[in-house]
Amino acid sequence: MLNLFPYDAKFDFFGKRYYAYGLSLILLIASIVSLSTKGINMGLDFTGGVVIEVGYTKAANLDAIRDVLKKNAFPEAVVQYFGSSESVMIRLPPAKTGNQNQLADHVLGVLKTEDAGVTMRRVEYVGPAVGKELFNSGGLAMLVVLSGLLIFVSLRYQLKMATGAVLTLSHDLIMVFGFISITGIEFNLTVLAAYLALAGYSINDMIVVFDRMRENFRKIRKGTEIEIMNISVNQTMSRTVMTALTTFLSVLALYVFGGETLHGFSLTLLVGIILGTFSSIYVASSLSLDLGLKRSDLLKMTDKEKLVDTAP
Amino acid sequence: MNRYPWWKNLLIILVLLFALFYALPNIYGENPALQISKRNAVMDQAAVDRAVAALKAVHIAVKSARVEDKDGLIQFDSTDAQLRAVNIVREALGDEYPVALNLAPAAPRWMLDLGAKPMYLGLDLRGGVHFLMQIDMQSAIKTALERRVDGMRGDLRHANIRYISADVDNDNEIALRFPDTAARDAANKSMAGNYPELVFANEEHNGQPYLTAKFTDAGAMAERKAAVDQNITTLRNRVNELGVAEPLIQQQGDDRIVVELPGIQDTVRAKEIIGATATLEFRLVSGTPTDWIDAQQSGRTPPDSRLYHEKNGQPVLLKRQVIVTGDRITGASSGFDQRSGSPAVFVNLDGQGARRMADITGQNIGKQMGVVFIEHRTETKMVNDKPVKEKKVIEQVINVATIQDQLANRFQITGLDSPNEARDLALLLRAGALRAPMDIVEERTVGPSLGAQNIQAGVNASILGFALVAAFMLVYYRVFGVTAVAALGVNLILIVAVLSLLQATLTLPGIAGMVLTLGIAVDANVLINERIREELRNGLTPQTAIKAGYERAFATIIDSHVTTLLAAVVLFALGAGPVKGFAVTLMIGISASLFTAIMVTRALVNLIYGHRTRLTKISI
Repeated sequence: MLNLFPYDAKFDFFGKRYYAYGLSLILLIASIVSLSTKGINMGLDFTGGVVIEVGYTKAANLDAIRDVLKKNAFPEAVVQYFGSSESVMIRLPPAKTGNQNQLADHVLGVLKTEDAGVTMRRVEYVGPAVGKELFNSGGLAMLVVLSGLLIFVSLRYQLKMATGAVLTLSHDLIMVFGFISITGIEFNLTVLAAYLALAGYSINDMIVVFDRMRENFRKIRKGTEIEIMNISVNQTMSRTVMTALTTFLSVLALYVFGGETLHGFSLTLLVGIILGTFSSIYVASSLSLDLGLKRSDLLKMTDKEKLVDTAP
Repeated sequence: MNRYPWWKNLLIILVLLFALFYALPNIYGENPALQISKRNAVMDQAAVDRAVAALKAVHIAVKSARVEDKDGLIQFDSTDAQLRAVNIVREALGDEYPVALNLAPAAPRWMLDLGAKPMYLGLDLRGGVHFLMQIDMQSAIKTALERRVDGMRGDLRHANIRYISADVDNDNEIALRFPDTAARDAANKSMAGNYPELVFANEEHNGQPYLTAKFTDAGAMAERKAAVDQNITTLRNRVNELGVAEPLIQQQGDDRIVVELPGIQDTVRAKEIIGATATLEFRLVSGTPTDWIDAQQSGRTPPDSRLYHEKNGQPVLLKRQVIVTGDRITGASSGFDQRSGSPAVFVNLDGQGARRMADITGQNIGKQMGVVFIEHRTETKMVNDKPVKEKKVIEQVINVATIQDQLANRFQITGLDSPNEARDLALLLRAGALRAPMDIVEERTVGPSLGAQNIQAGVNASILGFALVAAFMLVYYRVFGVTAVAALGVNLILIVAVLSLLQATLTLPGIAGMVLTLGIAVDANVLINERIREELRNGLTPQTAIKAGYERAFATIIDSHVTTLLAAVVLFALGAGPVKGFAVTLMIGISASLFTAIMVTRALVNLIYGHRTRLTKISI
């Protein structure tokens, strides 16, 4: 039998939780410092503007492209490679005046004077008003998901656990944003989607642990809260590691093959999976313990749960 | 003993067959095709035959050609053949038959008849243009008021009421200034009934009497709605002109229109045509049919006339002097002539247009009037491999009718063949020009090569993701890994089947959702298998451990799936465009995994181990 985590382990997760808090704190501070100094590289979806991806038949000369754009009334253009040296991304801020929707065509015209072989691969133009709306609906989606999860966990489990879960999600949120800030990943709708999927994944992880804690609190009559929680985490550790691994592997495939468009998305997920696994054990459970979670909180059984529990 | 009742096994087999059937068209793929429609009519087989004959003449192989629903469909083996064919077919059939590039499912006919189609690929996978257009409502309202001011000036002159000025001010209010209150009161009395959509008010500014008018809430709303509806109609006509298969044009919010044009390669041209201006002119007919044919043959026309052509190519001579142009049209609708009961189109003109129409038709009762459709188009053509812009004016006589009465601001055009033709003419009149100006506020264009590249990226990522997860599960759980991987395969087929059946749009983030589902879906099996291992360690016999493992993991699986599902549902409800695609596949995948990870694996485990009464060891 192959297993990643010894089944008879009696690792003292919660006795060492203060180290974990320390690590969390350091990461949180690093995230907040980066967020407040460097900020987030907001993507086109939220800021508005124009992104043009063009393809060249040979490796493109970025300096020449910058030069020709500067000479032709696009001094503010950001020019960079996109995935390969034959593919170039040009980003322009939303124009204050003028005919915005012709911008991309003008840019392509200008680029053609430098290299006639250039082809248009992708154009994205988002007006400033639309950007603001997408930003708002993105924020709303985040709020709705987080509060929905809070309600679900407090209904199914216990308020202290739900509070722990939401604090964990906020903790993850700040760290994911910190990561996005430090690495300079462009934060767009797809990355937001990755974060929301992570929130679901992270809660999923917590629930498995919570579920086992509830079961053990009812089954094991002796032992302190810390002991029982340690037993529960040790018991579910194999599953936690295993699921984290399979999810990580599938996202890794996206990172390797998904192309430049999904780069930020999959990178956010990869980091988020590690973070979520760590925080579901250390932050969520530890916090609910320190919030004063007692055996008695979990002993109230509904009729339905009694039925499930008496099943052989 | 672990056995499923026969109906559960049957259910699993049925679901599997169903999924396989609806996923199958994706294996066949799609053939490049040309979609040919006939303007204002159902496509005829003869035209398809003509197109095929023209293609045969230049040795382009045709895979199949038939009339399907209302359109003709010619399929090819390669995109290359399709692209070469499109111009040949356009030339062979002429302007009356719009030709669009399309992809036709290559699956057998009987499958398509049962609703089994390949997945609908989003713009980021097949290439195309997405526009979000914002209608300038302020100027729509202003234009509507200006049209009414024109009418009011005429009304006042007709009623011999003196006024000093009549304008639309910046607050979108009509302000009529009068020399004295008596004139104002007379004006108020004579006009109030004519404009039910306006509220009139008496005002004094600097001692001067004013009559102001603005839209009622209902009036303004009707005007805004008309602006959206008419712009959509105009856009739809334009897009048909463009030759786009399966375009999407729909209202979004109060004042926006989404236009999605899959497979468009030349976005510059798309923008030109969407922004094109089309208009109408009304002119008196000159001479008799024999004069027209003479004029066409000799090339000589009377000095006051010009030679035009009707829809069917017949020549018509019209006076050079224009009675009224299309920008004087405020509305058009179809119906029936009250006297004869024949189909008719009712046209509304504004004040100035109505007066000219009344003057000229009053003097020409019994004579004929022609309606000319004019469109200014800029087309980009390839000349020696270089794009050359070509301005083109299309002028076509869409209707010639006898003037039976003096016409005013509202009149009818009869002599139409059918109610359908009347409806289409009304639509054409309305769609002749955009009612309100529009700005593109969002554009997402993906070139066809990038689309193909995205598909390849998605396929590669899916294969690698599946392989990694499968290898890991097989090594780790052995026989129980085999069941989990089989379930994962079924899950993937189910996602593809449901996406194909719903014809939900598959985007690149959608594929990402599918790959992510692979990783998350096995979680249920991990939970079950770990539980079985645990129960075995606790000393249960293999059969009871299997049973207990599945039963005890169940509640946890449900809980953990619900949370991911919750996030996906919110994303779907609040997300835009590509994010919606991600949410859709995630939702389908997570739901399907409840079935596959629990029921399918259990059925397989039962099949492998369930019947052995003295089972001492299982491979997990």
